[in-house]
Amino acid sequence: MIFGGITITEASVIGLIVASLQFATLLYLAALGETIAERAGVLNLGVEGMMAMGAMAGYVGGVASGSPWIGFLVGGLAGALLASVHAVAAVALGADQVVSGLALTILGLGLANFLGDSYTSDTRRSLFKDVDIPGLSDIPWVGETIFSASPITYVAAALGVLTWFVLSRTSIGLGLRAVGESASTADSAGHGVAAIRMTAVVIGGAMAGFSGAFLTLDTVGAWSEGITVGRGWIAVALVIFGAWRPGRVGLGALLFGFTLALERRLQPFGIEFSPILLSMLPYILTVGVLVVISYRARNQPSPTPAGLGIAYRREER
Amino acid sequence: MTEPAVELDGIWKRFPGVVANAGANLTVRPGTVHAVLGENGAGKTTLMNCLAGVYLPDEGTVKLHGREMRFSSPADALAAGVGMVHQEFRLVPTFTVAENVVLGSAPRVISRPEINRSVAELAERFGFSAEPERPVWQLSMGERQRVEILKALWRDAQVLILDEPTAVLTPQEAEDLGRVLRQMVGEGRSVLFISHKLNEVTAFCDEATVLRGGATVASSVAIADVDSAALAELMVGSSTKSTETDAQRNTEMGDVVLAVDNVSVTDSRGLTAVDGVSFEVRAGEILGIAGVAGNGQRQLTDAIAGLETCRTGSVALMGDDLTSATPRDRFRAGLAYVPEDRLGVGLAPKLPIAENAVMRHYPKMRRGPILLWDRAKEFSAELVSRFEVKVGRVEDRLASLSGGNLQRLLLGRELSSEPSVVVASQPTRGLDVHGVAAIQRLLVEQRDQGTGVLMVSEDLDELLVLADRILVMSEGRVAGKFDPAVASRAEIGAAMAGVS
Repeated sequence: MIFGGITITEASVIGLIVASLQFATLLYLAALGETIAERAGVLNLGVEGMMAMGAMAGYVGGVASGSPWIGFLVGGLAGALLASVHAVAAVALGADQVVSGLALTILGLGLANFLGDSYTSDTRRSLFKDVDIPGLSDIPWVGETIFSASPITYVAAALGVLTWFVLSRTSIGLGLRAVGESASTADSAGHGVAAIRMTAVVIGGAMAGFSGAFLTLDTVGAWSEGITVGRGWIAVALVIFGAWRPGRVGLGALLFGFTLALERRLQPFGIEFSPILLSMLPYILTVGVLVVISYRARNQPSPTPAGLGIAYRREER
Repeated sequence: MTEPAVELDGIWKRFPGVVANAGANLTVRPGTVHAVLGENGAGKTTLMNCLAGVYLPDEGTVKLHGREMRFSSPADALAAGVGMVHQEFRLVPTFTVAENVVLGSAPRVISRPEINRSVAELAERFGFSAEPERPVWQLSMGERQRVEILKALWRDAQVLILDEPTAVLTPQEAEDLGRVLRQMVGEGRSVLFISHKLNEVTAFCDEATVLRGGATVASSVAIADVDSAALAELMVGSSTKSTETDAQRNTEMGDVVLAVDNVSVTDSRGLTAVDGVSFEVRAGEILGIAGVAGNGQRQLTDAIAGLETCRTGSVALMGDDLTSATPRDRFRAGLAYVPEDRLGVGLAPKLPIAENAVMRHYPKMRRGPILLWDRAKEFSAELVSRFEVKVGRVEDRLASLSGGNLQRLLLGRELSSEPSVVVASQPTRGLDVHGVAAIQRLLVEQRDQGTGVLMVSEDLDELLVLADRILVMSEGRVAGKFDPAVASRAEIGAAMAGVS
């Protein structure tokens, strides 16, 4: 089909949807982790660095073990280890969260490049295979896209549901949210602020690591320097876009994933549009959401966790 | 004889430069409301914090029902049955009432309808009305206090400590609180009621322990056997004090110096905080604004000082309309402002004393863009000695000053430009007896010199003594105007509660 110079073929549309889902999975894993950390009141700007570490370690782990699943877990572990630096510095020692997080990004990128150097032109592959869901994957269009996606896409969706449930329906989640809103309140109610915050940061790091591992073990299929190209920052923006809620962050991941896919896949449609401008779209959307939030905040509390970025020390006069 | 519910013995608690508790004792019988009385700074709150696990005492023992305890955190104390409602509430504003109540001892998996139901049942048992699904940010201060009490009851606290609970309540709400406390002690629980207001203590409490200078000067006095004057004497020491500053009323009132006409202000949440308020302040009078905290007083004074925008209405100083003038222009026009929030709005705690002292006056101490630092120090030194601020050096950080000295410095800074109007918001709150007297004297002096003074205070007794006229604010509106010479506390109290 051709509309005014735009060519639409089944293959290009399916390609676009598949790519959107891949990007969405990548962003969602990292953003979900950051959501958990920020709901506990800790801003971690090290997502990009943790993602790079996960990408490198995930690939190496996958190649070494021959199993993408083991690689995926190794990637998560690497992200968690790096995050524990932030947990110690920003939570236990009360360092400035912005400074510590930025340092984490620089550290993670550098460390990943250094440790992964010899794997840069490695051609061994240990990749995830897409899962066809029996019955559903035969449905035209939908089956070829949503129901035969990477197993990690389903893992990400399941983690999203789990995160929602834990945050809103369990005592652990209630405590975590209280820590993020008002640490002194949570403390006097008996929730260990430092323990909850450090755990949340480490879990967030593991999920950024998963995200990076997904990149090298699935989307790209190789490790190279600078492979994360700023996706970690989009994940940070996505948390704000999704108003710190797992569900909305998920919807945002689909939207942002779609814009990232468009950036790569406009050409097959015969559309001439600068991909550089398109790559700005997630940030523009996020700024738009920030404006809406601040406007709405006149009538009700902002969705931003009230204690976000504020170190907690039990008062001693 | 039954074991006391609480027994504090020889409690010492020192902080850098301050001894807050010097061997204080306290014994509370189960099933009683026990007052902890004392002036500001007498160590009441610190002593209770030692009982509630906020502080670990340096020396002394804490016993509950005869068993010695050692709490390392408030959560520890709560688990042992001691709950404390602090003056600053520990609530999560975005959580619902029920979520706040169960926080810290919630079921592993939470079903909202279920916790809502159990919290409502608990509230009903103690004669509260509670709406468990409402978010706390929508509640009034009185309602928030009830959530705090419910938190303690949810953990089945046997000992409940209330720190100055009536400060945020209307007289009606205070009565309701009294009823709830009765219900609680009727079940054998004990309540510790921190206060410095004698009328409340006689109304609500069975026994009182009086602290002075961190030590116990009278323990477990039966309220029924003692009169208020005796308690007052115990609180302040040998000579009976009275807040009576020789406030000879000035009959000569001058022209209108401050005219506030139909001012409305919208607060940060988009709600109407001040709703069509009008009044005039004349030269040589103190106009007192009474009311329970949070009824628009802060927004009103901020609007007069130019820190808030008036949605409607006008503010005029000496006949000049200043409704849209900047705070600096208003200051130049002769308006002095002592904000409620001394540290933060009034003064910058991390800057040196001298920089704080010249903050309003530095335009007069410069050559071109260069600040003449010698002149600034000289000015500060003068200000400090004239207003009797006790400081080490004017280069020291402001945060090293005590509350009373901070307020003297702030008031001094504002007064040294010889203003025609002084707006003072809660100028004596939290100060000790001497500090209160000094600040009151300065304000009375200003009035006698022909300055118009607008004084906002939560302490009705203070206003009854000092003010020439009293205006009551309730829910952002003027709820009544009174002549302190003839008005009764009951009348004014009714207006504060919004009862017309």
